[in-house]
Amino acid sequence: MFRRAVLKKLSAIAAGVTLTAAASTTVFAQDTIRVAYIDPLSGPFANVGDAGAKHFLYVAEMINENGGIMGKDIEIIPFDNKSSPQESLQILQKVADQGIQYITQGNGSHVAGALIQGVEKHNARNPDNQILFLNYAAVNPDFTNEDCSFWHFRFDANAAMKLQAITDVIKENPETKKLFLINQDYSHGQAVSRITKNFLARKRPDIEIVGDVLHPIGKVKDFSPYISQIQSSGADTVVTGNWGNDLSLLVKAGSDAGLDVTYHTFYAGGLGTPTAIGESGVGKVTQVTEWFENLAVRENAKELEDILVEFEERYPEIEFYYLRVLRQMQMLKMAVEEAGSTNPKDVAYAMEGMNMDSPFGPVTMRTLDHQVIQPLYISVFSDDYLKYDTEDTGFGWKYVAKINAEDTAVPSTCEMQRP
Amino acid sequence: MLESLIFTIFNGVLYGMLLFMLASGLTLIFGMMGVLNFAHASFYMLGAYFAYQVSVFAGFWAALFLAPLGVALIGALTERYGLRQVHQHGHVAELLFTFGLVYVIEEVVHLVWGRTPVNYQVPEALDFTLFTLFTTDFPAYRAFMLGVAIFMFVGIFLLLTKTRIGQVVQASLSHPDMVGALGHNVPRVFTLVFAFGCALAGLAGVIAGNYFITEPGMAWNMGPIVFVVVVFGGLGSLGGALVGSLIIGLAQTFAVQMTFSIASVLADMGLAISEDAFLSGFWFLELSRIGPMLPYLLLVLMLIFRPRGLMGTRAD
Repeated sequence: MFRRAVLKKLSAIAAGVTLTAAASTTVFAQDTIRVAYIDPLSGPFANVGDAGAKHFLYVAEMINENGGIMGKDIEIIPFDNKSSPQESLQILQKVADQGIQYITQGNGSHVAGALIQGVEKHNARNPDNQILFLNYAAVNPDFTNEDCSFWHFRFDANAAMKLQAITDVIKENPETKKLFLINQDYSHGQAVSRITKNFLARKRPDIEIVGDVLHPIGKVKDFSPYISQIQSSGADTVVTGNWGNDLSLLVKAGSDAGLDVTYHTFYAGGLGTPTAIGESGVGKVTQVTEWFENLAVRENAKELEDILVEFEERYPEIEFYYLRVLRQMQMLKMAVEEAGSTNPKDVAYAMEGMNMDSPFGPVTMRTLDHQVIQPLYISVFSDDYLKYDTEDTGFGWKYVAKINAEDTAVPSTCEMQRP
Repeated sequence: MLESLIFTIFNGVLYGMLLFMLASGLTLIFGMMGVLNFAHASFYMLGAYFAYQVSVFAGFWAALFLAPLGVALIGALTERYGLRQVHQHGHVAELLFTFGLVYVIEEVVHLVWGRTPVNYQVPEALDFTLFTLFTTDFPAYRAFMLGVAIFMFVGIFLLLTKTRIGQVVQASLSHPDMVGALGHNVPRVFTLVFAFGCALAGLAGVIAGNYFITEPGMAWNMGPIVFVVVVFGGLGSLGGALVGSLIIGLAQTFAVQMTFSIASVLADMGLAISEDAFLSGFWFLELSRIGPMLPYLLLVLMLIFRPRGLMGTRAD
C-alpha cells in the first residue's frame, strides 16, 4: 500500500519534470475534468460516503453521455477520508500533487472546515495550481458567514436555512409545547442546538426546551439511555441535525421504546433511517430537503422521475437522494462553459451569481457568500405518499410545505476576499 | 423519575453484560497465557458477520449456534498455528501478533463483506414489545440479549468451578508445569481456552450485531472499552470482569443522564458564573458530555491507585 503510494508519487514527479521540460505553459494537459470526492468510505459513516460517491459517479456518467463539459469527460475520483479532518488534508495534498482542480466533500462540517482552510492556504501558495471546493452537504453556517472563502461553494441549504424552515413549521403547530434537542457533539450539532434555541426564542418563546443533549459523533450504538432521557423529559417534539447511523439508531431506539414524539430532522430521508422509523413514525417524522421522490410526481418533473428510476435500477440498495449533486455538477458544467476554461479561478467567478432553472423554481448561487439559494421542502413520513415508497417500507415522503427560495435566504456576514 | 431510573438500570446492566461477554474471554485468555489479545474485539466482529451470513441462508437461530462455532474454529487455528509459533519469541512478539491480526481481520471483512454496514436484522420472532412500564416499551430482543448473557455467565461459572475441564483450566492458569507433569496436554488446554474465549466474543457479536449495527468499524468501537473493563476488573479475574463490566456499563449509561454542569450546580447554590468567565467552556460543560471519557478516566485512576485492578491477583 505504502510502496504503491510512493511509486505513484515518484512517477507523478517524474512525469511532472518531463512535462515542464517539454512545455512551459501547461503543466498537466488533461482530457478529462477530474473531481476528487473526499468522504468516508470506511468507518461508521461508510454507508453515507458510499451513497454520495454513487450519486456523483452516476451524474458524471449522465453528463458525459451528453457530451461532457466542452467535450471533456468528468472523472470522479473517490478518496476515503475516514471522517477525519487530518486524513482529508493529506488527501488534499495528494489531490494537489496529481493536479486535480476540483474537490467535493459533504459529510461532516469538521472536515469541510479543515478543507476550506487547507484550500485557502494551498491556493495562496500555488497560484498556478489552484483548487476549487464544491461542498454538497456540510451545512455549518459559518462557511458562508465569518469563515467564508472565495474557493468554497455550498450547494446545500445551510443549517440556519433548514432550521428557519423547521421552526416555521413548529411555530404554526400549537400542540408543540416541550421540545428536546439531541445532536452530535461537533461543530454542526452544536450549531443546530444554538440556532434552534435562537429562532424559537423569537418565534415561539412559550415553547419550553426540556433537553439539549450532545452525544459523541459516530460512537453511540445504543441510544436507549438518551431515549429514556427524552421520555422522562416529557418532550412532545425532538429536533435533531443527526445524520447517517446516528439518526437511524436514534429513531430505532425511540421506536423500540415506544417514544411518542414528533421528530424534525434534516436527514431522515435516506440511508436506513426510513427502515428504522417503520410504522411507528408515520406522520411523526419530518425532513427538510431540496426535494424528495414524490415531489417529482407532484410537480410533474418527468426527467427527474426518469433519473430516480434509472438510478435505483443501477443501485438497488440506495435511492436517488441528493438532487443537489446533480445541480452541483450541472452548475459546474455551466460555469466551465461560461468561463471557457477549467481554471478554478475563472470557473469560480463564473459560478458567482449563476442562475439555473429547476422544475421546482430558480436555483441561484449567491455572489455574496457562495451559498446556493433554492426552494426547500418539508415532507413527512406517511402511508399516503403519492407514488414512491422508500426503502421498501410501504411508507414514503409526503409534501407538507414549500419554502420559496427567497424565503429560505438568511442574511450573511461574509466579507469575501476575492483574488 | 422512577421510570427513568429503572430503564437506566436496565440499559446499563444490558450494556454491562454485553461488555462482559467480551471481557470474560479476554480475561480468561490473559489469565492463562499472559497475553493481552488485541484482536479480541475482531472476533466479536467476525461473530456478527458470520451470523449475518448464516442468517441469510438458514435464519437467525441457526446463526446463533453456528456463528460462535465458526469463530471458535478460527480462534483455535489462530492459537495453534499462529500464537503458539510466536510464543517462543516472548510476550512482545505475541502482542504484536495479535495487533497485526486486528488489521488482517478488518481487511478480510472489507474484502468479503465490503465497507458499508450489512443488513443483519433482529429475527421477527423476537421483534415485539415485551412489556410496557409506565410509558416506555421494553423490546423483547433486549430481554433476549440479557438472557443470553446471564445464561453464558452462569455457564462459564459452572464450567470452571464444577467440572473437571474447569479444574484443569484453573490449575493451568496458575501452575501450568504441574498440570503438564500430571499428564494433561497443557498446550491443548491453551488452544481450547483461546477458542472458547473467541466463541464467547463471537456470541456477543451474534446477538449485538443485529440490534446495533454490523459494520467493519465495530471492532475498533468495542476494542478499547473491553480492555478498560478487563484492566479495571483485574487481569485474569472472571469475577473482576463481571464487576468491571457492570460498573462501566452503568457508569456510562448514567453519565448520559447527568445533564448538569459545574456552573449549573453552583448556580443552584447561589453562586452564578457568567458565560464569559475564565474557562467558561469547562464550567458549563455538561457531565453527560464526558460520559464517553469516563471509562478511560477510571482506567487511569485504577492503574495509579490499584494497578492489579479490582479483583486481580497478579501484582505485576
